[in-house]
Amino acid sequence: MQSNTALEYDYSVAKLYMWTTVIFGIVGMTIGVLIAAQLAFPELNYLMGEYGTFSRLRPLHTNVVIYGFTLSGIMASFYYSAPRVLKVSMGELPLINALAKFQFVAYLVAATGMVISLGMGITANKEYAQMEWPLDVLIVVYWVIWGINMFALIGARREKALYISLWYYIACFLGVAMLYLFNNMEVPTLFFSGGLGAWYHSVSMYAGTNDALVQWWWGHNAVAFVFTVPIIALIYYFLPKESGQAVYSYKLSLLSFWGLMFVYLWAGGHHLLWSTVPDWMQTMGSIFSVVLILPSWGSAINMLLTMKGEWNQLTENPLIKFMVLASTFYMLSTLEGPIQAVKSVNAIAHFTDWIPGHVHDGVLGWVAFMIFAALMHMSTRVFKREIYSKSLLEAQFWIQTTGVVLYFTSMWIAGITQGMMWRAVDEYGNLMYSFIDTVTVLHPYYTIRAIGGLLFLIGVFMFAYNLYKTATAGRKLENEPQFRSPMA
Amino acid sequence: MFHWLEKNPFLFSVGVFIVIAFAGLIEILPNFAEAARPIKGLKPYTVLELAGKEVYKKDNCIACHSQLIRPFKAETDRYGQYSLSGEYAYDRPFLWGSKRTGPDLHRVGNYRTSDWHANHMWDPKSVVPTSIMPAYKHQFKNIADTETAYAEAVTVKRVFNTPYGPEIAPSKEAYEKYYKEKLLPEAKKIAKEMKNKEVEAMVNQGKVPEIVALIAYLNRLK
Repeated sequence: MQSNTALEYDYSVAKLYMWTTVIFGIVGMTIGVLIAAQLAFPELNYLMGEYGTFSRLRPLHTNVVIYGFTLSGIMASFYYSAPRVLKVSMGELPLINALAKFQFVAYLVAATGMVISLGMGITANKEYAQMEWPLDVLIVVYWVIWGINMFALIGARREKALYISLWYYIACFLGVAMLYLFNNMEVPTLFFSGGLGAWYHSVSMYAGTNDALVQWWWGHNAVAFVFTVPIIALIYYFLPKESGQAVYSYKLSLLSFWGLMFVYLWAGGHHLLWSTVPDWMQTMGSIFSVVLILPSWGSAINMLLTMKGEWNQLTENPLIKFMVLASTFYMLSTLEGPIQAVKSVNAIAHFTDWIPGHVHDGVLGWVAFMIFAALMHMSTRVFKREIYSKSLLEAQFWIQTTGVVLYFTSMWIAGITQGMMWRAVDEYGNLMYSFIDTVTVLHPYYTIRAIGGLLFLIGVFMFAYNLYKTATAGRKLENEPQFRSPMA
Repeated sequence: MFHWLEKNPFLFSVGVFIVIAFAGLIEILPNFAEAARPIKGLKPYTVLELAGKEVYKKDNCIACHSQLIRPFKAETDRYGQYSLSGEYAYDRPFLWGSKRTGPDLHRVGNYRTSDWHANHMWDPKSVVPTSIMPAYKHQFKNIADTETAYAEAVTVKRVFNTPYGPEIAPSKEAYEKYYKEKLLPEAKKIAKEMKNKEVEAMVNQGKVPEIVALIAYLNRLK
């Protein structure tokens, strides 16, 4: 058996995904800042004709940050860390390495197709599952290849027991596969209409209430299996590696893993409270959302306690800052979600800006922060260089944290304001406000949110520059650092 | 405790799959057939309305508008009768939306007219001065994809038994006949109500712009 230091890992696939993470991050978040600004300043809708309206750009923003930025970050981390915890290099499996590169090409093709088709308005119109069936087929192929690669690596492993991160990667693979397949069941019109109409068009297999159920079973659990499960895989690998601390509790990680797997899917119904889906389903969704606090906080607390006795690292190492704040935002977000899932709160919060506010404290504070930290940690090992600038990382951290705080606080106020105004009645029981009153009142909050988003985007540019300089101009390292990533 | 499982990736994966899959089975399956039933008297969308629904999807109206009236007094006062499951029986996909940057549209056909929509889509500020909705002028120029809408009607008729008559059939001739005899007259009526000379002239030439189809769809929402 080879020891860890003797094995030379092949990072070629991880590197490819590192760069797409950065590119999609910049593209997706730039669109995000633009559409945030459009709500405050509607004139910005007319920059690109019919292709530049808020409505056309919003799915581009969501899809590019989810399937571009986040998924690339997950894949980069997977192809970096999975071989290391299994103690087998991608280079030892030439066929799997080639397949992984093919998977990357399929990814680029699908992502390009996604940007073009959504830009043109070709859409199945189910949120976070907008892509039409030809792209869906490609994505299934892509996902299956990932599964093959994952299990081939596992099959060739030298380390018998699967590390915690791998549990989460396996769950991510299985969960997304199941949910994506069922939610995207659609009938292409091409095959049943005698070749009439657009070849890419399809109709959903489910109608109305059923479609809503399946969609939010997916929508909620896309959050679970893309924004939560694989990001936990990241933190379980990168936080102990960067800090040199062992994971605080094995039992807690067991409890939170199996708890999360069991509870998460039940909670999907909380997107459909007060709708036409059966009442018992809504109640189940509500209850399980509250139960979900336990496994979520289990992971987060496990991570925070991993730093026990080593809190000084928080002041010394910006990567630890990113990761500790990420798990803190994860705690905030997983407490906020269940609060919104309580029926009486949901009656006010649903359909308002509090919901995008909640989404963004999770995705900016938790997902994006974890990905930044993971990529920076990797860069010192992958490029065998020192991180180009510590002060730039510090500045990025504070600018982005300010951005996230501005974002979610303004959306809390906006959401509750609007929710209360919609239902406000005068002394005779008549509605007090016309709908447009509840829109104009939001202008200051929309402005603050756009500023928050802009700050975050500036941080992304700083990160991109820092990463690029690390890869090209960082001081060369003789030996791979054992724990803390060296930085200048 | 579970170390044996972590050394057996196959059993581990099977375990994970079972744990995550059965919540879906228990929550989604029991009411599936019941939830698919239409309310009495519900008619399937006409092809023009379907083409309008495609415009609604293409310009992604659900980014800002819901089609789900919740059972609260504040909502029924503002938008009308709360939504019923059976009203959505022909909605593939469902278009409930998840955000109300603008008002709910599930019963917009009850209180807005064709010419109101025409003015509003051309320039929202002309009817709601402080509106933050963008103008959708391109819908007055782009031709609606009625053939794809027809293909959709044929598909749902054949695959899901949606109750369309014999005029919906899988051939180019059937489509052209339908277009001339059913779709164009329907479009002409809307164009006339819109009080827009250019749109009316276009429809009279046999071309249906997106806005006409969209308004047909919005008027249908009641």
